[in-house]
Amino acid sequence: MPKNKPAKFSGNDNAAPASTQSGASIDAWWWLAHKGTTASFLCISLFALLIRSAVSLYPYSGAGTPPKFGDFEAQRHWMEITTNLPTIDWYRNGTYNDLTYWGLDYPPLTAYQSYIHGIFLQMFNPESVSLLSSRGHESYLGKSLMRWTVLSSDALIFFPAAFFFVLVYHKTRNGSSKSEVAWHIAMILLNPCLILIDHGHFQYNCISLGLTVGAIAAVLYESEVLTCVLFSLALSHKQMSAYFAPAFFSHLLGKCLRQKSPILAVLKLGIAVIVTFVIVWWPYLHSLDDFLMVLSRLAPFERGIYEDYVANFWCTTSILIKWKKLFTTPSLRSLSLAATVLASLPSMVQQILSPSNEGFLYGLLNSSMAFYMFSFQVHEKSILMPFLSATLLALKIPNHFNHLTYYALFSMFPLLCRDKLLLPYLTLHLLFTVIYHSHENHHAKQKTKASSFSFTNFPGYVFLRRTHFFISLVLHAVYLTIQPPQKYPFLFEALIMILCFSYFIMFTLHTNYTQWTLSSHFRSGEKEKKQI
Amino acid sequence: MDRRGSGDRQLLLWFFAVATAVKLLLIPSYRSTDFEVHRNWLAITHSLPLSKWYFDETSPWTLDYPPFFAYFERFLSVFAGLVDTRIVDLQSGLDYSAESVIYFQRISVIVSDLCLLFGLYRLTRNLEPIKRNLICALVIWSPGLLIVDHIHFQYNGFLLGWLLLSISFLQDGRDLLGGFLFAVLLCFKHLFAVAAPVYFVYLLRHYCWSGLATGFRRLVTIGAVVVAVFAVAYGPFIYHGQIQQVIKRMFPFGRGLCHAYWAPNFWVFYIILDKGLAFLLRKLGFDIQIPFASFTGGLVGESSPFAVFPQITPLTTFAMVLLAITPCLLKAWQKPQPGVVARWIAYAYTCGFLFGWHVHEKASLHFTIPLAIVAVQSLEDAKHYFLVSIVSCYSLFPLLYEPQEYPIKVLLLLLHSMVMWLGFAAQHGDEKALKKKKTGDIKSKFGIGCFEKSYLMGLVIVETVSQFLHPYFLGDKFAFMPLMLISTYCAVGIMYSWIWQLRRILT
Repeated sequence: MPKNKPAKFSGNDNAAPASTQSGASIDAWWWLAHKGTTASFLCISLFALLIRSAVSLYPYSGAGTPPKFGDFEAQRHWMEITTNLPTIDWYRNGTYNDLTYWGLDYPPLTAYQSYIHGIFLQMFNPESVSLLSSRGHESYLGKSLMRWTVLSSDALIFFPAAFFFVLVYHKTRNGSSKSEVAWHIAMILLNPCLILIDHGHFQYNCISLGLTVGAIAAVLYESEVLTCVLFSLALSHKQMSAYFAPAFFSHLLGKCLRQKSPILAVLKLGIAVIVTFVIVWWPYLHSLDDFLMVLSRLAPFERGIYEDYVANFWCTTSILIKWKKLFTTPSLRSLSLAATVLASLPSMVQQILSPSNEGFLYGLLNSSMAFYMFSFQVHEKSILMPFLSATLLALKIPNHFNHLTYYALFSMFPLLCRDKLLLPYLTLHLLFTVIYHSHENHHAKQKTKASSFSFTNFPGYVFLRRTHFFISLVLHAVYLTIQPPQKYPFLFEALIMILCFSYFIMFTLHTNYTQWTLSSHFRSGEKEKKQI
Repeated sequence: MDRRGSGDRQLLLWFFAVATAVKLLLIPSYRSTDFEVHRNWLAITHSLPLSKWYFDETSPWTLDYPPFFAYFERFLSVFAGLVDTRIVDLQSGLDYSAESVIYFQRISVIVSDLCLLFGLYRLTRNLEPIKRNLICALVIWSPGLLIVDHIHFQYNGFLLGWLLLSISFLQDGRDLLGGFLFAVLLCFKHLFAVAAPVYFVYLLRHYCWSGLATGFRRLVTIGAVVVAVFAVAYGPFIYHGQIQQVIKRMFPFGRGLCHAYWAPNFWVFYIILDKGLAFLLRKLGFDIQIPFASFTGGLVGESSPFAVFPQITPLTTFAMVLLAITPCLLKAWQKPQPGVVARWIAYAYTCGFLFGWHVHEKASLHFTIPLAIVAVQSLEDAKHYFLVSIVSCYSLFPLLYEPQEYPIKVLLLLLHSMVMWLGFAAQHGDEKALKKKKTGDIKSKFGIGCFEKSYLMGLVIVETVSQFLHPYFLGDKFAFMPLMLISTYCAVGIMYSWIWQLRRILT
């Protein structure tokens, strides 16, 4: 378990960067950070891996609940399908591949990943992936092996991407102290939502999110082609990565437009995207039928506009307006598309007009939040996408980030309770809070900064937030102890949803506002740079 | 000054909170039979009258710790009974593994670690911040404690906290209180008695050796205190006339020289040399009998488990431990300084570990934890601690043999090494170089030598061979080989540490 050490002792005070000398007396990160980014990253990532492997001791979704089980069984089933059937049959209904039983519904990169992991499982525990007979396979070794595939994916994709991001981000952002960098690394790697969903509930979000983080880092690194390749890969792993697409699109477009020959620049990136997609989708490009078959698997419109109690616009407002009854599915589809585009438009326009790194990160947050709020078929797990972009901005908006973490986790609370992950949920909350607050002087700085924003200074804001927080605490307790009335079995889920939704809306308004107020400041900053 | 004090206290709590989060996450991990042992003790102390505690044989896991630990279990059992009455039921509680009992017992260990926290706080409150925090990081985040207490299941954190508390009073010069706490500790777990000679000599010389009148008064005082502690602990059993039974339970000498998994100590070499010599002599044509008895089993009649070397009895090991401690006792007699007490105590436990009878690998915690206090005193100590703590943690690996915990134990060790490396490097940062270039990375004087480095690299090879290559190539053949390899290799490191500590004490 890493992190910590005060900077206050004679002689070594000089070692602490200038910013840590002023203000608060504790700089918890000094000793960990003094060796530079690489060493601190290694140390924190070891700790993050430890936490992940400890969480993976807990049950996964659908453990011991036949006949359908849960996401764990879905992933295992995909390994079974991909290792035993030819590539072309992976998405096709057949005697050996019953699509109604957890049919593959993610793009081909997920299928390849399942294939590789399937081979790994086959090596050590062949029964767990044998065709048909392994359905609902649950064993000690099988669980451990599956858990290790997630752990290794995380370590091999998400961690390096995060490292790349941290290196580039803090190079472009001058003046971040070593302690700040270390704190930021911890915030990214100890993201409680991602840990709980990937290593508790069981999914492979770390791969698509890792690729996305890599693409974001590539943007900051000013390597647009790499961005396109990585983001196309992310899209080919999980279609939900499209939540970030508007931000990437608008930022890259905005940048291209500022080059000498915009058309050539756009063309270059377009080719990079197409080539990547062609390579990944190659087995399914031989006939139109195959291609459409895969596509239809990826967009399960028949599942309705929302599932369970997700804290987005459609689900929350459905308490008052019965969307599902008022509109047909196709019209709901267009409606949600229009709403999503509309909601992400402001941030896109801002980026096209004045692309900047800072604005791009806000753009990611705003576009993913717009998708979470308004797009079709959103799960409670989709909060991972906006939350990830918030972790990248953690140093910019620490207080909001802290609250967002709380409500993002809270919005998944019923899901995690169903998965029997209550203790990891509480513990990671504790761990996050403890580590978040280890960086004292940063908050002091932030408080003075926050006063320049008008949004959080509304007289009622603090009161509102506290009431909000208090109600959420009560809801935690109520959810765990009291049986809901029989007439409304999902009463508490609905209340949690409303609470989280109201916070998310406030948060989105704030970040959109911030992105726009940034732009004027940034444009002037860029001009200064150019003059130099 | 005050503000800084509260900040440091906060930091200590911060360490503890992070560790607690990890401990909570480890609740569903593998637990050894020690878990059932402690559950059974809860049941015994809760449902039987005191006079039957040391006689009960309902479960094979009979009560074999001293009375204070039994009282401690009695105290816990009050709460256990409130949580779930089946936990404290002697019959239906056997091998009970419901969530209630797991959560209760795991959380009882986590809460009892508060004792460790307090001990550390008291011990380090007057040190420089960097040293204080290093010690806290080394002890609170000790991978050995996490493995043994929070995965394998024991209450070492609580007991070691008690030991640290006792040391802290000795360092403050409050000898009587330090001695009192140590006496109490002995009544919790008698294995801590290895350091008793050090305490005895030190207290005699430092506390009692001041003029005839005061000296005598103090000797009587401390004697009375110790006797009183033991009377409280054993009195009830003496009253019931059971003291023999209690002692029989506490010292099961029928158990053999080595534990099932050989602790990495001196006897590993002894046994291996014996085997090797026997093999060699047999090749040369001598008639050497293959011994029937095993070192791990009890003493079976007169037969010796050794083919060539002389038989080892508990008395031999006792004499050897005492002999090994003697240099440090002489030093303690010559110059009883409070500042060196922790070093002597750690040394005594090292001797006990190396030469003792039926030593468990877990006993390495007894010296790695006090050594952490010594480690921050100088660069040389830091280098030594870096090696010994890695070796002793690695030697605990065979405790967790199930695949599920494999990544956890490896990550714990790597993380510990990394934290030590960063911490010691920060402590021994080169201040001159630092002033010249303020922004660049700081050169540190901390580093380990070629020999130590290759030895630590060897651990990787040992682990690869025993975990991957051996099962892959040999399968179940020579199943004892991996464990023997680990024991032998770690024993080299512990022996080195012992010699190093001995030299350090003598010079």
